[in-house]
Amino acid sequence: MGFKNRDVISINDFSKQDLLHVLKVAKELEKKPNDGLLKGKIMAALFYEPSTRTRLSFITSMEQLGGRVIGFASGKVTSFTKGETLWDTMKMTENYADVIVVRHPLEGAARLAAEASSKPVINAGDGANQHPTQTMLDLYTIQKVKGKIDGLHIGMLGDLKYGRTVHSLTKALSHFNPTFYFIAPQALQMPKSYLEELDRLKIKYYVEENLFKVSDKLDVLYATRIQKERFADPIEYEKYKGVYKLDKDLLPHIKKELKIMHPLPRVDEIDRSLDNTEHAAYFQQAANGVHVRKALLALVLGKKE
Amino acid sequence: MTKELTVSAIEEGTVIDHIPSDSTFKVAEILKLESHGKIISVGANLPSKTMGTKGIVKVAGKSLTKEEVDKIAIIAPHATVNIIKNFEVIKKLRVSIPDSLHNTIKCSNPNCITNNEESDTEFYVISKDPLKIKCHYCERVMEKEDIRLL
Repeated sequence: MGFKNRDVISINDFSKQDLLHVLKVAKELEKKPNDGLLKGKIMAALFYEPSTRTRLSFITSMEQLGGRVIGFASGKVTSFTKGETLWDTMKMTENYADVIVVRHPLEGAARLAAEASSKPVINAGDGANQHPTQTMLDLYTIQKVKGKIDGLHIGMLGDLKYGRTVHSLTKALSHFNPTFYFIAPQALQMPKSYLEELDRLKIKYYVEENLFKVSDKLDVLYATRIQKERFADPIEYEKYKGVYKLDKDLLPHIKKELKIMHPLPRVDEIDRSLDNTEHAAYFQQAANGVHVRKALLALVLGKKE
Repeated sequence: MTKELTVSAIEEGTVIDHIPSDSTFKVAEILKLESHGKIISVGANLPSKTMGTKGIVKVAGKSLTKEEVDKIAIIAPHATVNIIKNFEVIKKLRVSIPDSLHNTIKCSNPNCITNNEESDTEFYVISKDPLKIKCHYCERVMEKEDIRLL
């Protein structure tokens, strides 16, 4: 399926070939930045919810390719507060922009936005549901730091119940013959529906509470933050925050080649003492966001095949 | 002397049979029968060879819409629908759960955009038995007990 005018809403809409194609174009643009590729194009960045990395990297991507950016960084400053629907905002914005990036606190908002808009829509996170560009940059990072994606032993650590990055990445990696290790307290383990899907696909996985029991098997350890905002009950949050803190004590229990990833922001999941080790891939991961988002913008705007 | 309650046959309309007894009144609710001006007979806990007990709903002067049949299929997957003309069954069909459900179900996820902004609902059936459906918008997977009809 071609990419021109295509919406980027859910990782579930992308085949293995699609994903590899995005990574290929990202690699090309990383090697050979094409400054004027999107000259004359306008990206609307509609961020109804706060975001640092995602918003900044979308803006940087567009501007580095010569395009311009309009938009807002908080739902509080828009007609949203006057009761304007997302549908109507999209109907208006499609007249101003060539591509629309949306982050919204409600799940399914990006799909609805894409249905309202004749211009391509890129989902920059819809509530706890999807964040496909994060998943693509995670794949790009894995490919870059491990030299391959196929057949890796991947540990997912932390909040696996509410963490959308973990859900989407699990789904995307399922195309690449992985072995998964889901490491979390029972109450925050992977939802049943995801495990059932892995069973259906005959993908091997282990569910574990103790990181040290499986840490020496891992090629990649994907750590996540226990997200306060996803808990309705603050007492529940207090119970789980800080249960897994990665620090130098981990080093004797891992392979020399293990790479640690994290979608950031971290709170205290990864101690700073690991930042300068060869295991740390999380800052590189954040930097890779620009290459992948450039690739997606160029593809949906028809400036890359 | 045995006393028997007979439910009169209808000249024209629809008979929904083989409803699980405990879903009988839900079927009546789906069909919005409270405002229907013609003959309605609702029987529940009737003996059934195959189901133990069953429910049956007879409605004169009514044909079902696709949305109504889809809704009945969700709560009564083995129901049969008989179309009556001149006191005869002219067509008998089994309900079946379609592959997608448009404006039939309310998403169980309170944070789904469809529960917060006026929009259609759309679900994909990922498994018919046991019933599992996925919201087209928020991608939440719902099982039978989570399903609320619109």
